[in-house]
Amino acid sequence: MLPRWVSRAAVWVPVAAAALWVLVLARNTSAGPAIREPGEFVVTLLDGVTFAGLLFVVASGFTLIFGLMRTVNMAHGSLFLGAAYVAHEIQTNMVGKDANIDARDVSLLAWILPLLAAGAVVALLGLLMQQLLLRWNQGQDLRQALITLAISVIAADQLLAHFGGVAQPLKWPGAVTHFFEIVGERYATSRLFMLGVALLVGALLWLWLNRTRMGMVIRAGVDDQEMVRALGINITLVFAITFVVGSFLAGVGGVLGGSFAGSVAPGVDGAWLLNSLVVVIIGGLGSVKGAVAGSLLYGMVVALSPAYLPAGYTYYSVIFTFALLAVVLAVRPAGLYGRVE
Amino acid sequence: MSPTGAAPGRAQSRRTLRRLLSARNVVVAAATALALLLPLFGSNFFVEFVMTRTMILGIAAATIVFLAAYGGMVSLAQYLLAGVAGFMVGNAVVAQDAWSKGLKLGWNPWVAVLFALAVTTAVAFVLGALASRTTGIYFLMITLTYAVIGYYVFGSITPLSGFGGITGIDPPGLFEDHPQRMYLALVVLSVLVYVAFRVLAVTPFGLALQGIRDDPVRMASLGFNVSLHRTLAFTLAGFTAGLAGVFNVWWNGQIDPTSISIGPTLDLLIVAVIGGTLSLEGAWLGAFVFVAANNYLRNLPLVDHIGITEARFNTIVGVLVLLIMILSPDGLAGIIDRIRLGLRRLVQLSRGSGAGPPEAAAGSAP
Repeated sequence: MLPRWVSRAAVWVPVAAAALWVLVLARNTSAGPAIREPGEFVVTLLDGVTFAGLLFVVASGFTLIFGLMRTVNMAHGSLFLGAAYVAHEIQTNMVGKDANIDARDVSLLAWILPLLAAGAVVALLGLLMQQLLLRWNQGQDLRQALITLAISVIAADQLLAHFGGVAQPLKWPGAVTHFFEIVGERYATSRLFMLGVALLVGALLWLWLNRTRMGMVIRAGVDDQEMVRALGINITLVFAITFVVGSFLAGVGGVLGGSFAGSVAPGVDGAWLLNSLVVVIIGGLGSVKGAVAGSLLYGMVVALSPAYLPAGYTYYSVIFTFALLAVVLAVRPAGLYGRVE
Repeated sequence: MSPTGAAPGRAQSRRTLRRLLSARNVVVAAATALALLLPLFGSNFFVEFVMTRTMILGIAAATIVFLAAYGGMVSLAQYLLAGVAGFMVGNAVVAQDAWSKGLKLGWNPWVAVLFALAVTTAVAFVLGALASRTTGIYFLMITLTYAVIGYYVFGSITPLSGFGGITGIDPPGLFEDHPQRMYLALVVLSVLVYVAFRVLAVTPFGLALQGIRDDPVRMASLGFNVSLHRTLAFTLAGFTAGLAGVFNVWWNGQIDPTSISIGPTLDLLIVAVIGGTLSLEGAWLGAFVFVAANNYLRNLPLVDHIGITEARFNTIVGVLVLLIMILSPDGLAGIIDRIRLGLRRLVQLSRGSGAGPPEAAAGSAP
């Protein structure tokens, strides 16, 4: 174990240095020092928080499944990508155009219906995967990780075969694609809309886990699966429902992420598997609270590091993702809210 | 490990000989002899392409097997570490006036190898130290994260490479225009790696590592530094993966971030899984099956007919892994072990002495 003061220093020295840099010193960066350019600072923070919302929606599904079943679903990114493609198909059909879809063509219904349908489709796929391939080897975590990994390889290849390598459009509804003024800067309403959806998802998830009987069973199952089973609760059913909800969240994340990027393209599955992994490694596997903390930290690092690196060095921003991971792993190997087993 | 020093008793030397002449060692020795003689009768394509690639992937996959079998750590960062070595070789050897990306230091290729291996080992040490307090599924996730971050590091840091990658990397004169020599060097290196990993297993370090794999808490209370052992094992595996990476970049002549992205990372894991993550020989067997499938499946008459063309190779690989994980998590080596075990039981039954317990359960020992 590291001595206490070392781990404290490992956290607070970089944080203080970064804060000093961002507030006062950051000349010659794209955003500028925060005390001189408060607008840029606020916009960067908003970027971080809104991206964190998207991260949370995706990662909460991942962590929910792991927390209860100890299954690391490596196909989570594939569910994300699959949902985005399904939503793209439905949206282009509803709008009636193949390419060059403009957000103004998209009614609110032409976004919400694809969202729900795509979520339902991948929730069903997730359920099938769990029932056929994961149910009978419950508890063998490495085997399950490799099985889902194989599925992600197959899914990526089949999606590529079906939808091609070219990015396909997926748009926000026209009603939310505006700009508004904040501290002298223009900001996209759609990003706040994304954050709103994420907050709604988070609130529903909290209510489900904390205010319903099913949620109580899930929380108990996270703590002691054998005891829940012994009490006569049908935990197999609870497993299936949790997998459906986790997959549905990946799907909602996929539609949000696709609309956020404006398009759906191959390779996004790997990127979002990485994002989910980073969030849950930081926050702690299996903890929804950890997913919130991990999303916020990771979202902030993703938003702040390119904005406050000196011009010409912004490509080093990826290092900061690793630095965040390294600090958390060095101080808390199981993540911020993770439990050491 | 044969006692060559003080004259041993006849009985002991005979016992040592019998131990060394196990079926496993005889098969490995025969395979090695076959691999060394292959250039005499194999086609150029088979030797210089299929088998060379098999050896490179085999060495890299053996590092996964080493960590999994002796350390209980399934690492997805081995292809990244091979890639780090490759990128370092590329940055070091490409000449200043060449039309390529990278630092273009223009060094002597052998100096570049030392430099690349030193950097790779250092990177492996840091990554290993960070991940060493976790095992199992957590370790898998953290190393997968390393692999993907590594892809973005080399992709976005343009002075090192950028997404276009480094091109025009020549191997040293010893191997340039001598693909057969490179193949033979890889066979020798494979044997060295194989023997080294097996010898390591019976050294105090290797035994402690296996103890840590089985019961980290007990080993810690016995005074062993658990995370240090894991870190050193990861560092050694990283160094070895770096050797594979050096040959890989010489063989390819170029390297770009896509070649270490999540796809190839999973391919390497798949190689280890096909062979069986607990069997060291399985790494090369898995590599051969993988490379052969990659090169020859397209020649099968039915493949075009059922719509699985070369482009859908990943689907085939995925289905293969899925089947292996469903049927036998120990991979091909596990299947072979099971068949052997079944045959032995059959023999025992026919002799009428089926009461004895079957030795060496399938896949329980590396």
